[in-house]
Amino acid sequence: MKIVVCVKYVPDAAAHRKFNADYTVDRVGVDGMLSELDEYAVEEALKIRDADESGEAQVAVLTMGPDIARAAILKSLQMGADSGVHIIDEAIHGSDSVATSLVLAEAVKRQGAEIVLCGMASTDGSMSVIPAMLAERLGMPQVTFASEVTVEGDTVRVRRDGDAATEIIEATTPLVLSVTDQANEPRYPSFKGIMAAKKKPVEELTLADLGIAEGDVGLEASWTRVEAYAERPPRSAGTIVTDEDGAGADQLVEFLAAQKFI
Amino acid sequence: MSEILVLVDHVEGAVRKTTAELLTIARRLGEPAAVFFGSEIDTAREALKHYGAERIYVLDSADLTDHLVAPKAEALAQLVETQQPAAVLISSNAEGKEIAGRLSIKTSSGLITDAVDVQAGDGGVTTTQSVFAGGYTVTSTVTKGTPIVTVKPNAVTPQPTEGAAAEEAVDVEISAAAKTARIVERRQRAATGRPELNEAAIVVSGGRGTGGDFDAVEAFADALGAAVGASRAAVDAGWYPHAYQVGQTGKTVSPQLYVAAGISGAIQHRAGMQTSKTIVAINKDAESPIFELVDFGVVGDLHRVLKSATEKALARRS
Ligand SMILES: Cc1cc2nc3c(=O)[nH]c(=O)nc-3n(C[C@H](O)[C@H](O)[C@H](O)COP(=O)(O)OP(=O)(O)OC[C@H]3O[C@@H](n4cnc5c(N)ncnc54)[C@H](O)[C@@H]3O)c2cc1C
Ligand SMILES: Nc1ncnc2c1ncn2[C@@H]1O[C@H](COP(=O)(O)O)[C@@H](O)[C@H]1O
Repeated sequence: MKIVVCVKYVPDAAAHRKFNADYTVDRVGVDGMLSELDEYAVEEALKIRDADESGEAQVAVLTMGPDIARAAILKSLQMGADSGVHIIDEAIHGSDSVATSLVLAEAVKRQGAEIVLCGMASTDGSMSVIPAMLAERLGMPQVTFASEVTVEGDTVRVRRDGDAATEIIEATTPLVLSVTDQANEPRYPSFKGIMAAKKKPVEELTLADLGIAEGDVGLEASWTRVEAYAERPPRSAGTIVTDEDGAGADQLVEFLAAQKFI
Repeated sequence: MSEILVLVDHVEGAVRKTTAELLTIARRLGEPAAVFFGSEIDTAREALKHYGAERIYVLDSADLTDHLVAPKAEALAQLVETQQPAAVLISSNAEGKEIAGRLSIKTSSGLITDAVDVQAGDGGVTTTQSVFAGGYTVTSTVTKGTPIVTVKPNAVTPQPTEGAAAEEAVDVEISAAAKTARIVERRQRAATGRPELNEAAIVVSGGRGTGGDFDAVEAFADALGAAVGASRAAVDAGWYPHAYQVGQTGKTVSPQLYVAAGISGAIQHRAGMQTSKTIVAINKDAESPIFELVDFGVVGDLHRVLKSATEKALARRS
């Protein structure tokens, strides 16, 4: 069984994230990392691989992004993935979700996969649409936002905690699966894992390798256009009181009443 | 005037407030037409009419409701094909965004997710999004196909107006390929009697600082008619169900008033509440980052402050 995990390199949420002059997200000028939510996808893939009785299951991680995005692959390999694929091409810069899903789908086809695993959202864009778009493009069933996954032969069963109900969903491979941060507890790379990662194969591919025309991706090919952006003005400093002799509750209620919440 | 398709979000026919919001927005852009999936249109009809639906497309088929998103996207794509709407509006929740994603590919149309505002603009719609945990606002337009926009709760105040609500049953062909992910079991969440978390005007959330005792948080919420939320630390500890988690991997809320009790204000928590109009925090640590966000903060023990504030709030009411 082959499992392909899509992992994204994202700017650190704790750093000051910003935009480039062309309105794209600055991925180079700020500290970045493997998206934390994709660690859950890598972990789930490793669990499925290790439970596979044939012993022949393989986990490949796939990322699309600039040179430094390789760090996302490396971290996944350190956790225990077997190989990496890095799609790197100047023309990709500025791609939206539609173009990103096109590139990832072609790369998945080239690899072949019984299970395509994704995170529930990227921590920068947070659109949560790539897995659905991938399923659409690959013509595979989608089982997304899984909080619990069981694989038995070619049947995948997941629990999805939705807005109004909890659902159990079943599908057969090949399929696209995404997991939430409830699904598992991602492992930390061990020293052994870190050493082993250095020897694992990472393949670099360009758009040409995937048979994708440059004009189909990137900022120009985007089906949406950012017209403007503005940094949110800092909130004006609020009133802070210290609760002494129970006065805090009085002041809180006064404030809420003045704002007509009570 | 062109139609604006609004995908109805409902639970067994009970139309969600977000749908009333979408219909209100649709009126700015064209003629609101509701798309209803399921068999409970009799329950939903009045609400859709009341918020201005001129037309209601009813698609009643088990193919649509027994499977995950793919058939719904297929059905919507067929409607887009036949009706040629000027835009499609969908609620920004997990399922809504996935339907939108698939629809975008199927119809070769630009997609904007998580809009906090939508206005009529040159050549279509102009959307506003709040990105990077509320740090930036971005305005965008769609340049290809039929604009597909998913809209966050509380983007507008729903405005009632009677629509014609002309009903049309629509038959769609759902392919076998779209029916490959089956819902084999569905457990509806038990109602709490409190407002829905992402629809509520007021949300009171508790964090690790509650020490596992949510009584004071719940009592204060009830005194204000609020929904109850929780931080991930409180959810991970098993103190409150995951469905109530606020933040990056929980719900995004944008109420008139957000009260954070015993929550430090980590970036992932902020991502889910930073756009709240008024923010109040109770935390015993004056250095806690949550105080950077607040309009009003109390440094003190949350149990003590909330218990006393609940009594005072109730006393004022009566
Ligand atoms: C990938 C990822 C996703 C995440 N998603 C989310 C998410 O969706 N939502 C979320 O909330 N978090 C999320 N987190 C976790 C987040 O980083 C924080 O760990 C979490 O928000 C902390 O919760 P807390 O504020 O309740 O706890 P803490 O940070 O431990 O803060 C507890 C606070 O309570 C105060 N306190 C203690 N006792 C009292 C008392 N008696 N009275 C008053 N105050 C008291 C303390 O001073 C402290 O400030 C995510 C993390 C990751 C890595
Ligand atoms: N550039 C990328 N490279 C690889 N995987 C990606 C990329 N962008 C998104 N993904 C995958 O799609 C998931 C959802 O991303 P998004 O739709 O952007 O929120 C992520 O958790 C990843 O698994």
